[in-house]
Amino acid sequence: MPMLETKGLNKRFGGLHVTNNVDLTLQAGEVHCLIGPNGAGKSTLFRLILGEHLPSSGAILFGGEDITSLKPFQRIRRGMSVKFQVPGIFKALSVRQNLEIAMQHHYDPAVLGEEIDRLLAFLNLTADAGRLAGNLSHGQKQWLEIGMAISLKPRLLLLDEPTAGMSPEETHATGEMVKRLNAQGMTVLAVEHDMAFVRQVAQQVTVLHLGKVFAQGSIDEIVANEEVAAIYLGQTTAHETAHEAGHQQPGGAHA
Amino acid sequence: MNALSRFFRRLEGPQTLGRGPGFWIGFLVVLAGACAYPLFSDGYTVGNTVYFFTWIFMALGLSLIWGYGGALSFGQTAFFGIAGYSYGILTINFGAAYGFTFVALLFAVAIAALFAALLGYFLFFGRISGVFLGIVTLSVTLVLERFMAQTAGPEWKIGAARLNGFNGMSNMPPLTLPWPGGDIVLFPDVQLYYVVLGMLVLVYLGLRILVNSSFGNVLVAIRENPERAEMLGYDIRKYQLGTFVIGAALAGLSGVLYTSWGQYITPSSMGMTAAALPIVWVAVGGRSDLTTTLVGTITVLAVFQALTIHGSQYALVVMGVLLVLTVLLAPRGLIYALARLIARPFSSRASNGQPGDA
Repeated sequence: MPMLETKGLNKRFGGLHVTNNVDLTLQAGEVHCLIGPNGAGKSTLFRLILGEHLPSSGAILFGGEDITSLKPFQRIRRGMSVKFQVPGIFKALSVRQNLEIAMQHHYDPAVLGEEIDRLLAFLNLTADAGRLAGNLSHGQKQWLEIGMAISLKPRLLLLDEPTAGMSPEETHATGEMVKRLNAQGMTVLAVEHDMAFVRQVAQQVTVLHLGKVFAQGSIDEIVANEEVAAIYLGQTTAHETAHEAGHQQPGGAHA
Repeated sequence: MNALSRFFRRLEGPQTLGRGPGFWIGFLVVLAGACAYPLFSDGYTVGNTVYFFTWIFMALGLSLIWGYGGALSFGQTAFFGIAGYSYGILTINFGAAYGFTFVALLFAVAIAALFAALLGYFLFFGRISGVFLGIVTLSVTLVLERFMAQTAGPEWKIGAARLNGFNGMSNMPPLTLPWPGGDIVLFPDVQLYYVVLGMLVLVYLGLRILVNSSFGNVLVAIRENPERAEMLGYDIRKYQLGTFVIGAALAGLSGVLYTSWGQYITPSSMGMTAAALPIVWVAVGGRSDLTTTLVGTITVLAVFQALTIHGSQYALVVMGVLLVLTVLLAPRGLIYALARLIARPFSSRASNGQPGDA
């Protein structure tokens, strides 16, 4: 049974058809990346899966259950978790308290402290536990939010541009972490621009264009697909497209 | 001893200023001073102090809703009025015998809480937030004031209780303790002082436990980032509603105590000025902390009364200026800023920085 399935998903904002008949299937245990040019409808599809938007038509199945009309928090409780593009953390609270809020209902109070310590170490934030989350560096904020997301022990982890604003080193480290989580059995769906990251982690790639599924396949198939290259940058080859995309990271080393 | 230390641990946490033996010794000293105070004062002054105390419950409730939960509500005044009138209607009809005034107190607070639950349901499950929450709650308050103001005619009565329009409802009995050998009527005097002081300590400590619990964690999470809180699996509407109802019940308690204190309540207790003043007390003190709210409310009330007594026509204007100054100079509250300043040399955590003044 697939972990996540969207069936004929449509979303219209007035006359704008942002999500057009999208069928997306995520098998349990895979890392799936969602790519596409700006305005392709990636974020909307993401929000439909999370329940922040309700589809105009179509259905979303999570582990075989129809969750189309469920509220976001109900989807989270069924085993989804999300990391937003702009770090969604509690800025005026300490790093430790951020994690405590995420974890307090998932662990026995007797072991909660230890579990938080373990996660802090995993995120390399032990020394910053007492700092306010708002005072962390951008990369640390991203990591903290990833930590909050994975602390829920989700079956499906949704990542919205997890490496936005990260240095190439941080991006690589994030990719390694995603692979490690995947090795432990977590299914991952990531919206991502950074092709280096996509290559590093993705087993399946879906290309969205103008709200529709444009292409689907392994990373090699997608990179070799000349039509995909065409929608990104006109005539350039797929290889150059990937190269360019890697360089266009805001806040990256080349920015 | 173990149980005691566990109890104290629950009173402390990241959501409240003041921790450790130093703070609690200070707390006990202040409490002892408050207990001894009537011995060095006269009944009238003590009764006047009770008047200050009655408002603190409402302020603490607003601190919970606004300071901790991030929802600016002008509705406290509405719940204050609803409970005050309810107390009047109940006790005028059923009297004060057999401790009924305390039953009436509970009923009146429950009616205010029920009203808040109904209003809050539409507000929070309708996803109304930010400035709109303030607008709707203020409107409700003002509508209630207008409604009560037009009840002057004799047809507006519930049982024996005349609502009496703008003249207000009066002659309800004060709180009365049933006592072997004769009920104790709690007029604004020393006995009422101790009863209200006891309630205040209970509510203050109870709220400290609440905000430092996992419930309080979620509450501040909603204030900081509601979307993230929901995406951690919390049904934030329920937390907001629960907070709103608890805050309203505390406002209701203030309303009952105020009404029984003066044996009087009028629609203007739900008016524009009455709705704005709690905002000033809580903002000036430091809304995001219970202790600074408590200290701030007493301080501002005392200053306000002193200004009024000494003939100044401008007490309200001063309140407005105070609010503006607070927003400009110490957005987290004057008492809060002062408390941080005092705590700094004693606290090893000071270097970790505090939330920005945003």
